[in-house]
Amino acid sequence: MYARLTSALALACLINGAALAADNKVTDPQIAHIAYTAGVIDIEAAKQALQMSKDKEVLAFANDMLRDHEAVNKQALDLVKKLNVTPEDNDTSRALAKAAAEERDRLAKLSGADFDKAYVANEVAYHKQVNGALETLLIPSAKNADLKDLLETGLKLFQGHQQHAEHVAAMMK
Amino acid sequence: MVSKRSLCVLCGLTLILAGSPARAETIRVTIEKLVFSPAEISVAVGDVVEWQNNDVMAHTATVKGDFDIAIPPGGTAALTVTKAGTFDYFCRFHPNMKARLQVW
Ligand SMILES: [Cu+2]
Repeated sequence: MYARLTSALALACLINGAALAADNKVTDPQIAHIAYTAGVIDIEAAKQALQMSKDKEVLAFANDMLRDHEAVNKQALDLVKKLNVTPEDNDTSRALAKAAAEERDRLAKLSGADFDKAYVANEVAYHKQVNGALETLLIPSAKNADLKDLLETGLKLFQGHQQHAEHVAAMMK
Repeated sequence: MVSKRSLCVLCGLTLILAGSPARAETIRVTIEKLVFSPAEISVAVGDVVEWQNNDVMAHTATVKGDFDIAIPPGGTAALTVTKAGTFDYFCRFHPNMKARLQVW
């Protein structure tokens, strides 16, 4: 619990930090990289759940996450190619990836219902944080209309996933 | 004379009965960027609702205990409406996707 809070806090600080950095303007290549990284992180989390969980609902949820984020990230890659934009690694992407790796390590030590609960709780927290970043930083900062449009669809998708995760969490209680 | 008239009435009735199933309509709902549109449709029992999914991800049109239609990415799925009522349906994968089906 403490570890989860710490990790959620790290993400919150990171996004606040990123919001402050918005004064320095996040560029479209950086935004593309952050959005893509956010998808990859959830794909990695889903793969871990598919390996470790035996719960039917959790496995179904993880498969949904894997399928959606792979589809959207493919769409994102097609878009950056079309726009001739090269996604650019940046501090926000790196901090996101680092927090996610720590979360995976923490979850790897759990098993059974403990793992299931922690995975789903983290999915709720993670999607919530990404929604915050999309709303307050990434969408407002995006210059290219197509990129902005993709991010707006991404926001609806992440909001849907958050509700889905909340539903799975409620059923496990 | 009487019998001839009865026959004509019967013919007319048969025509009406034969005509009504052909009037069943197909109503299309498009899904784009995780939005059902139109968000509300009104159909008659016997009509067909067809969902066209323009997104890259799969969706469903679901009413718990009533129907659960899987709509593949870039594809369509159909439902023949069999009972009257108001059905608030949603997508199981993205519960923030909501719409309404009115059947009379
Ligand atoms: Cu959906």
